[in-house]
Amino acid sequence: MVLLALAVLPAVLPSYQVSVVTQVLIFSVLAMSIDILAGFAGRTSLGHGAIFGVSSYVAIYWSSTLGGDIWIGIALGILAATALAGVFAALAIRTSGVYFLLLTLALGMIVWGVCLRWTAVTGGENGLRGVGRPAFIADHASFYYAVLIIVAPLTWLMWRLVHSPFGLTLRGIRDSESRMRSLGYNVPLHLFVAFVLSGFFAGVAGGLYVLFNNFVSPSTVQLSQSVSALLMAITGGVGTLLGSFVGAAAIIVLENAVSAYTARWPSVLGIAFVLIMIFAPEGVVGRARLLLARRRSRSSKPDHSGG
Amino acid sequence: MAAGSPAAMFCQLMRKRVPDTILKLDHVGVSFDALKAVDDVTLRVRRGERRAIIGPNGAGKTTLFNAITGVVPPTSGRVEFDGRDITRMPPHRRAACGISRTFQITNLFPSLTVEQNMQLALCGLTPRKFSLLGSGGLTDTERDQADRALALSRLGPRARSLVSELSYGEQRQLEMAMALAPGPRLLLLDEPAAGLSPAERVIVADVIRSLPAEITIVLIEHDMDLVLSLVDWVTCLNNGRFLAEGAPAEIRGNAEIQDVYLGKAHRHA
Repeated sequence: MVLLALAVLPAVLPSYQVSVVTQVLIFSVLAMSIDILAGFAGRTSLGHGAIFGVSSYVAIYWSSTLGGDIWIGIALGILAATALAGVFAALAIRTSGVYFLLLTLALGMIVWGVCLRWTAVTGGENGLRGVGRPAFIADHASFYYAVLIIVAPLTWLMWRLVHSPFGLTLRGIRDSESRMRSLGYNVPLHLFVAFVLSGFFAGVAGGLYVLFNNFVSPSTVQLSQSVSALLMAITGGVGTLLGSFVGAAAIIVLENAVSAYTARWPSVLGIAFVLIMIFAPEGVVGRARLLLARRRSRSSKPDHSGG
Repeated sequence: MAAGSPAAMFCQLMRKRVPDTILKLDHVGVSFDALKAVDDVTLRVRRGERRAIIGPNGAGKTTLFNAITGVVPPTSGRVEFDGRDITRMPPHRRAACGISRTFQITNLFPSLTVEQNMQLALCGLTPRKFSLLGSGGLTDTERDQADRALALSRLGPRARSLVSELSYGEQRQLEMAMALAPGPRLLLLDEPAAGLSPAERVIVADVIRSLPAEITIVLIEHDMDLVLSLVDWVTCLNNGRFLAEGAPAEIRGNAEIQDVYLGKAHRHA
């Protein structure tokens, strides 16, 4: 039903709104990639903006600066993002909690620094301009459909991933690493695989973003990118995966609404973060699930659970 | 005294490759900076034996378990399991060798259901743990194994309950079921009856008695009446060092142990 609604959307909405929804879809993928780690493995990353942005940089550098094919560029971007996630993972998986957060933050800052200073390749503060979308997805509606066709199976893949036996091992690691080790699990290996897969999905989001925005600059890889994507996951509900769509929609709509009045978006973002952490730390979908579960356990026996 | 019937002993003797000793600790020490939590402990556990490790608080019992399971690798000495040097092996590979444990402080996956806890316990040694897109839930074989382990530990039909909703006693039973699920050869029980009521302790003792004879069990327990009725052999530690060992009857009569352990424990109890 949701898919059907999404399918007819361009017919009823003006093109600007269609492009906002397209943006929501792209950032939902990034938010879900963070949720795989934050919600299931209990590892909150602040480096995913950098992974996302590196994918964009590589795709634009390949297609614009080197004049290569855009699709190969995007593939290379995803590859680079996945490889970068591998490096991040190798350094960060042995930590948890605030140390994991700070380490991924620091790694993201390094990427940002490189993008800012390596002017010859990245264009420094000016960033890089892309070559534009291929003709067949040039208009808003057809690009929207292209994104939808990619995001739908990606979402299904991530959904299967977190509900697979492997996904269960991540939740086990979140609850008790020591028990997992004593049961025979190589905990760092599972976290590494999860991080790399998560990086792959963030990379795909970065590739779509190239087509969407046609421009990349250090602000694409900077900390606020990671923070806002994480906030999307939190707003929707960490550990719900699909909540990311709700969170991305809320944050992006808010951003669009706010920017009509003020340029202080980062401040508003910060305030939103604080308010959500205080009043709804389980997020919109998380809260809805809680209420639903409570109602269900009141009306029926608790032995029939849906989770 | 250890491996049950004479026929079983004979069979073991016939299998020349398999040594009679399943767990061998040689001069094992674990130091945290200046503190020697475990100091030069040597012990042998026979296949199928029921062994208790006793000693006052801070005697190094749990640290010894951690050295055997690899959570804290020994800083000196050597640990051998089934003829294999495992001194430097990481915990998950020791688990793959057939070493399983319970924790003194209940260590489960509280946000998951009992069934999911059992699935994690069962998949630890199978390739299914890497199934990225496979469907969740137990396979038929796993369900049988899970049911068997749950029946052994006498946890009732609570498969769909969240672990955080179980009573403390039920959590202790799940703790045991999860350690039993993968079919271990060596089971390390760290105070399985800790915090339980006298009635629940009797159940735990029954559970331990009813475990398959081929599982070697090493047990840490403070309740002397419970422990001495369960095991063939007792090792007593004090201040990280080996103090004495013997059959339960000898331990009861040992004046030194009475002093450092039984005497104190009885006075406090």
